[in-house]
Amino acid sequence: MRKGSVLSAFFGVMRRDALSLWRRRADALNPIWFAAIVVTLFPLALGPEAAKLARIAGGVIWVIVLLASLLSLDALFRADLEEGSLDLMLTSAQPLAVLAAAKILLHWLATGLPLLAITPIAATALGLSPKALPVLLTSLALGTPIISVIGACAAALTAGLRRAGMLLSLIVLPLVVPVLIFGAGAVEASLTGTSTTQPMLFLAAGLVASIALGPMVCAAALRLGNH
Amino acid sequence: MNGFLVWLNSFGSPEKFHRVALRFEPWLLGLALLVGAVGLYLGLVKAPADYLQGESARIMYIHIPAAWMSLFIYGFMAFSGFCALVWRFKVAELMAMAAAPIGAGFTAVTLITGSLWGRPTWGTYWVWDARLTSELVLLFLFFGVIGLYNAIEDQRKGARAASLLALIGLVNLPIIHFSVNWWNTLHQGNSINLFAGKSSIHPSMLWPLILMALATKFWFGASLLARTRIALIEFEAGKEWAQTALFGPRRPEA
Repeated sequence: MRKGSVLSAFFGVMRRDALSLWRRRADALNPIWFAAIVVTLFPLALGPEAAKLARIAGGVIWVIVLLASLLSLDALFRADLEEGSLDLMLTSAQPLAVLAAAKILLHWLATGLPLLAITPIAATALGLSPKALPVLLTSLALGTPIISVIGACAAALTAGLRRAGMLLSLIVLPLVVPVLIFGAGAVEASLTGTSTTQPMLFLAAGLVASIALGPMVCAAALRLGNH
Repeated sequence: MNGFLVWLNSFGSPEKFHRVALRFEPWLLGLALLVGAVGLYLGLVKAPADYLQGESARIMYIHIPAAWMSLFIYGFMAFSGFCALVWRFKVAELMAMAAAPIGAGFTAVTLITGSLWGRPTWGTYWVWDARLTSELVLLFLFFGVIGLYNAIEDQRKGARAASLLALIGLVNLPIIHFSVNWWNTLHQGNSINLFAGKSSIHPSMLWPLILMALATKFWFGASLLARTRIALIEFEAGKEWAQTALFGPRRPEA
């Protein structure tokens, strides 16, 4: 293969991942199915009382999105490790962090974005107040990429382990506590009529920091596991 | 800086570490038991009972030092992990991993004593207070490090991966603490703040606290050295120095 530019490597990895995702598109929909089913389970467990559901809708959706994003993380580097393309990435002339960033971005496009797309339906079904919906969507748009970044670092650390799934959630969940708090907190603030600026700015700051540092940490984690 | 590295490197030799650790361990353990006994005597017997909380407040002589240790050990583990990642010291890797279970233990002690104290004082074993919640998250962070280390078969690879996780957690820890504080003040005011308005603490209560803080530090030192030393021997069981350390100098073949 011809030695290309950094950008062409970035888009090359993204195209390859998108293609393999498309080839097994039934699997790719797993997080969406999971989210849809869990949203249905909540009213069944808590009772159909509209006021109660509307009160907790924001927090419930945040937790569901968080867990649904975890579902697909397990496989983020596993297939690459098993078929050997991870070795090619490690020995590539392009910086590993850029390749990791491409994988993280595609993970968000394939998981975070569809979850964001079905959120209005789920929020309406649970009866979230319409004025809180834009806040919920914005907080999810800022927060889900952070989850993808942190999750990718954990997936890189656990790639190739037999019981990776359990370990992955043990590692990721404590680290994303702030994302959940600020995300659900913003929705809560909009419901109680207080300003949502502060939690949104914290989420935005977290997003900027994780975009800047995440790919490098992820690359370091990949190198630790395979040398 | 260079001299510091050379000194660290000499300490990084497994054989030397084993020798030094073996010399310090009994002293640290003895000091821990002695200072701890004095501290407990002063705290549980001599110090006056709290005029509001009565005798149950005495649990703080265990609770507070354990809480200090939980954070201190996390910091130590991350620092040791940093040394392991940057300079690849085998001893630093094993030390970081030896610290993790001790830290998890102190965190668990903090949570358990806290909830036992909370029952008579707050009327409940658990409240979703900011401090309690961040301590619980800290426990999960410790579990993550221990779990990752044990899941990876290659011991050195596992230690380095877990060290990186400890470092990620260290960066995240202040953010978690801050966010949990923010979350708590959003929903309700501070329920009971132990230290609000209590600008000074009476010396008869302060001294046992200081002694217990010292005792837990000594205990951590002794436990850390012993754990690291045994992990080193296990790791290098085939090497000459480990054989000598375990079974005495080899006799010349007859």
